[in-house]
Amino acid sequence: MNNRSLISINDYSKEEILQVLKTAEEFEANPRQKILKNHVIASLFFEPSTRTRLSFESAINQLGGRIIGFTDASSSSVKKGESLRDTIETVSLYSDLIVMRHPLEGSARFASEINDTPVINAGDGANQHPTQCLLDLYSIKQTQNRLDNLDIALVGDLKYGRTVHSLVIAMSMFKNIRFHLVSPIELKLPRSIKDFIVANGHSYKQYTDISAVINNIDILYMTRIQQERFADQLEYERVKNSYVLENSMLDNSRDNLRILHPMPRVNEIDENVDSNKKAHYFQQAQNGVFVRQALLATILGLR
Amino acid sequence: MENKKTELKVSALENGTVIDHIPAGHVLQVMRILNLENFEDQIYFGANLDSKKYGKKGIIKVTNRFFKDVEINKISLVAPTATLIEIRDFDVTKKSGVNIPDTVEGFAKCINPKCITNHQQITTKFYVTDKVDLKMKCHYCEKITKKDDVEFL
Ligand SMILES: [Zn+2]
Repeated sequence: MNNRSLISINDYSKEEILQVLKTAEEFEANPRQKILKNHVIASLFFEPSTRTRLSFESAINQLGGRIIGFTDASSSSVKKGESLRDTIETVSLYSDLIVMRHPLEGSARFASEINDTPVINAGDGANQHPTQCLLDLYSIKQTQNRLDNLDIALVGDLKYGRTVHSLVIAMSMFKNIRFHLVSPIELKLPRSIKDFIVANGHSYKQYTDISAVINNIDILYMTRIQQERFADQLEYERVKNSYVLENSMLDNSRDNLRILHPMPRVNEIDENVDSNKKAHYFQQAQNGVFVRQALLATILGLR
Repeated sequence: MENKKTELKVSALENGTVIDHIPAGHVLQVMRILNLENFEDQIYFGANLDSKKYGKKGIIKVTNRFFKDVEINKISLVAPTATLIEIRDFDVTKKSGVNIPDTVEGFAKCINPKCITNHQQITTKFYVTDKVDLKMKCHYCEKITKKDDVEFL
């Protein structure tokens, strides 16, 4: 087992998470340290994910590292039927660390156990996307100065949203979190995760309308509702506008409220929110670079 | 009483293994898991026999065949109550129960169609999270496979 890889947020203890977040603060203050100038990083995107890929590439480039890899599997030997094992074995010989995105679940875990080259999971199907989770935690800590004792509203598709599930599980490591779950009835958070919240000493309430919670929360975490999740298209048409955030809805919200979104957004946050000081989603995206820099540095033993 | 009856049946076997106390309805499954369908020596099996302890039970007697731990582990997933009795020269030389292992490697299939193990040549691996009402968590995709969904490779 390769302990240096980051495959699932569940691999990290609370202390390890806090250490990565602390290191990320250092990179936020000084993101252009050429600590990777003697390193080659492989970036293997077996399916396209432009946002995640650019964030990793920016993190690596700003640290002076070199990148090899591919941006989708159609242009690579993978398309010719090469096994994942062979691809990883080969790329390991060319690089110091592998960043990997793959549509199949468990692929990153498998890749991390083939040899000693560390792997960072940049998303394995609907399973894990731990760097997203860490940047979410970083953004919460950055805006609230703490990860304990918070009112966090999660809005949108709470049933299928991998990002939401990981965030709930990670936040449950901290103390006294009150989760406010806002979703259509069809897209409620799964029972097993609600049980997990309670088992870890936290509480949750469920709502179908943002306005019911917006004045009583510290973090508003918005997600996209996808039309294809609804069996009944009429139901989708009926609910879709209930989960759109408008600037006027923020008038009586807490001063310290900050709005997060894993991006890209479609229409669930109106552009009139962007200039509100409570909008934090672009900063959140930038935080992804600092967190990824911290992970690269930590895994490669440079921090 | 039941033990005595079992001993009698067992005594007919010169060398081999008796798998007793298989839950009703799982005899054929156990035979398949142990690949006994292709076994060439004598096999006796019975289903729906009366058992004081379990109501109905099944039993399999295999001539000249002994099982390794890894094979026994496979049985435990469908027949956790099974007892193995090894016979050598008409004597019972070993009696053991079967234990559901903490990890299950290499013979069960992950329920998740999007799991990497269902697409590439990878030995499956699960962590048993519930031994009473069998649940196994895939080492790779982290999804849970339950008792009724277990398929064997
Ligand atoms: Zn799996």
